[in-house]
Amino acid sequence: MAIRLNVNGIAHDVDVEPDAPLLWVIRDELNLTGTKFGCGVAACGACTVHVNGKAMRSCSVPVGAVANAQITTIEGLGGNGGLSPIQQAWIEHQVPQCGYCQSGMIMAVSAFLAANPAPTEDQLSASITNICRCGTLPRIRAALAALTETKTKVKGGAS
Amino acid sequence: MNRRKFLLGGATTAGALIVGYAFWPSHRIAHSNLLDAKSGERFLASWIKIADDGAITVVVPHCDMGTGIFTSLSQMAADELDADWAQVHAETAPADPLFANGPLAEGAVLDLASIRGDSIPTFLRGPAANSVRVLAEFMDVQTTGGSSAVRFTGVYGMRVAGAAVREMLVKAAAARMNASSDEFHTESSRVIHASGKSFAYGELAASAAQFAPSAHPKLKTRSEFKLIGQPVQRLDIPSKVNGSLRYGIDVKLPDMLYGAIVISPIFGGKLVSVNESAVAQNRGVKKVVKMDDAVVVLADRFWRARNAVDVLRPVFDHGGNGDVTSKTIRDLHQAALRNGKIKKDKTVGTGYEALKDGSVVERFYNVPYLAHAPMEPVNTTALYKDGTLEVWAGTQDGLGSRQFCAKAAGLHQDKVLFHLMPSGGGYGRRLPGLWNFLTYAVKTAMAVPGTPVKLIFTREQEMQHDYYRPNVTSRMRASVNASGMPTAWVNDYTTDGDSNSEAYIFYGVPDQAYGLAKVDIHVPTGPWRSVEASWHGFFTESFVDELAHEAHKDPVAYRRGLLQDKPRYLATLNLAAEKSGWGTPLPLGHGRGIAMMECFGTIVAHVAEVEVTDDGAVKVLRYTTAADCGMAVNPNGFKAQMEGAVVFGLSAALYGEITIDHGAVVQQNFPDYEIVRLGECPAIEVFVSESDAPLGGAGEPGVPPVAPALTNAIFAACGVRIRELPVKNHSLTLASRQAAERIPSPNAEEVIETNA
Repeated sequence: MAIRLNVNGIAHDVDVEPDAPLLWVIRDELNLTGTKFGCGVAACGACTVHVNGKAMRSCSVPVGAVANAQITTIEGLGGNGGLSPIQQAWIEHQVPQCGYCQSGMIMAVSAFLAANPAPTEDQLSASITNICRCGTLPRIRAALAALTETKTKVKGGAS
Repeated sequence: MNRRKFLLGGATTAGALIVGYAFWPSHRIAHSNLLDAKSGERFLASWIKIADDGAITVVVPHCDMGTGIFTSLSQMAADELDADWAQVHAETAPADPLFANGPLAEGAVLDLASIRGDSIPTFLRGPAANSVRVLAEFMDVQTTGGSSAVRFTGVYGMRVAGAAVREMLVKAAAARMNASSDEFHTESSRVIHASGKSFAYGELAASAAQFAPSAHPKLKTRSEFKLIGQPVQRLDIPSKVNGSLRYGIDVKLPDMLYGAIVISPIFGGKLVSVNESAVAQNRGVKKVVKMDDAVVVLADRFWRARNAVDVLRPVFDHGGNGDVTSKTIRDLHQAALRNGKIKKDKTVGTGYEALKDGSVVERFYNVPYLAHAPMEPVNTTALYKDGTLEVWAGTQDGLGSRQFCAKAAGLHQDKVLFHLMPSGGGYGRRLPGLWNFLTYAVKTAMAVPGTPVKLIFTREQEMQHDYYRPNVTSRMRASVNASGMPTAWVNDYTTDGDSNSEAYIFYGVPDQAYGLAKVDIHVPTGPWRSVEASWHGFFTESFVDELAHEAHKDPVAYRRGLLQDKPRYLATLNLAAEKSGWGTPLPLGHGRGIAMMECFGTIVAHVAEVEVTDDGAVKVLRYTTAADCGMAVNPNGFKAQMEGAVVFGLSAALYGEITIDHGAVVQQNFPDYEIVRLGECPAIEVFVSESDAPLGGAGEPGVPPVAPALTNAIFAACGVRIRELPVKNHSLTLASRQAAERIPSPNAEEVIETNA
């Protein structure tokens, strides 16, 4: 029985078991390999995608649970092949090292900032719990500081 | 295991040196062009291609595992070449003997002191160069490790090749104008004549390729560098923020099957039985491949293979190791040091004899097994077809992998094609000797000739079938004189390999001795980011700190007293102390700790500042880092490596531990192998102090002082001395904090006195 998936604005009908993990369906059925496998138990966040705008760890989401939902992966984040402000900040601050965790990191951060444009340090710490083994965390923090500062400034300027 | 040994493994070439790396006979260049040049481009020397449109490609004989070497090596080649940086690209070299990175292996036997960053020693030049290069090829070395890429491939390969190509381009321009080469200079990918007439590199490339590259071209001095030393943006980063970079795990071939594996939980155990009928009806399952110590399920999708391998319920025997636990291992290490035979290694002065003098301080330290846990679990794609084997994987040695796969398949190397893929982290996990994933993938592929297979370790298999940073115990002893300074220093340690040169201290202690006690455990071990320095850094720097406190001296002042004839070490120590605000007052429950180590040519000192809270939790507030790597090729990239080393080292120091029960690894996945996350990450400030020393490494040297700086800070904060890692296993209490108040605080006058 086919399951309808809307990924990066494109509808796909996939013939898989409803309990197949969304991660592997995205990677192996849809060939979108920017979303990474890290742990398989929702502990590391390398597989983070957006489901209806919310960050979810796709390795632990059964595909049947997100049928017809709007799913965004790293490939669709910038829209039209461009880069989102978060991706640009990642380049500006030279964040990635091996880069393997960064798709998930960027997806987690972008969903979080969309919901919390001016977060406190504690909110960030509680919400961004993805693992990076290379240790890019200080630069992620710097990129986040610049992103939230920019937003605050824009906000301040407008009011 | 000793990385230096493995690098040289089998090759009895000590003393045989490189390079003349630019010097390739014309048939080699022709072969390289066939192998790796696209239409409209050609090799001019080893590693460097120039296309008609001016695009310059630096062919890197290493893997990209995140340290930024593709960028820094390109900077080194492009600087000598006077290239326009905007036209420079980097790509991975083919796993072919033509692209062996001999300098790494040879560099490991060089006396580091003889290497100067600005020059190629004369003994490396001349006719010998080519024959030694052939030697390097026989060694099948294309390794990425030992923080070596910039130090050896960069200094002896990329710079020489870049300079040689620049000279060839000048010759080509001179020939066109029928002028003398010395009437030209080069700038931004152009050869410019004194008259003002100029040629783009792209238009000269084809004719320049007719000249032979010089084995000893003129190199720039440091003051002439334009790209080396600049914090240019990394070339690889754009592909790492949009998901477009394809790692080994992303390889996909038509009609490929996916493999999931279960390996005997007890190392050395053999497969006894599997319940194959349980998966016979599973959708997509194609084959069960039974091996000596493992079973693989092949299916048309990975999750189907993984689900099936779970229900196979493979049974393995114990291989004679079913009773081993972390406690039995600990007892063996202790017994080896206390009652066993100590094999003498290096001795300075009167060595062990000197322990008879003065009062002796003795301490035992221990570090646990650690997993590498790269974010990308190991994986390999392989296709065995018509007697040939094609393999795709991220490893730390493409050429060695090709040879290894050939052996595993029983094929000649010429029948094997190996594609080196970017790696989602390495830290040693993908080095030669740690290639169980290649072995299992090759065996799996050979069970289904004609069908490509991708074998992926689940995180659980990765965690339980790594080659771990060894568990090491050290018995430190020192004789101290009336003023508390050590006159004799003895480090006896356990090992499952050979003697550790990283045990040798840089402190000025007149009598020293080092000895090892062999302990053989069935747990496989391997190099882990910074290798031996990861444990000896902890032993040495914890012990020095204890001696300082025993002497009622400030730990920085005490170290200064031992570094009087070591200006680089002293400067690095002082820089870290100064920038951290060492000596300024801190609130109750806070403490600073310092530690320093030199490895892979770079000296690093960290000052950690921690808070031990009322309920005994440790909060790591900041790290202040000073590093002397001679000169940073890319200062921003170097800082990134130092920051990463702090986070990597902290995860290990606070939480890292692989324990053994019933002969098998207990930890399964990240929930029980914790990694420092954003909320726990301290503020990290890195200060690079330059010196005229040869270029030092970047990837590893930041790691060793992280743990002792932390535990020294914890001692300063609460009076608890942690001698066995990780920190999480120790209870730090308010009582211990109150005890810390009774520790005499460092004497300010003393600090000033020794500083003078």
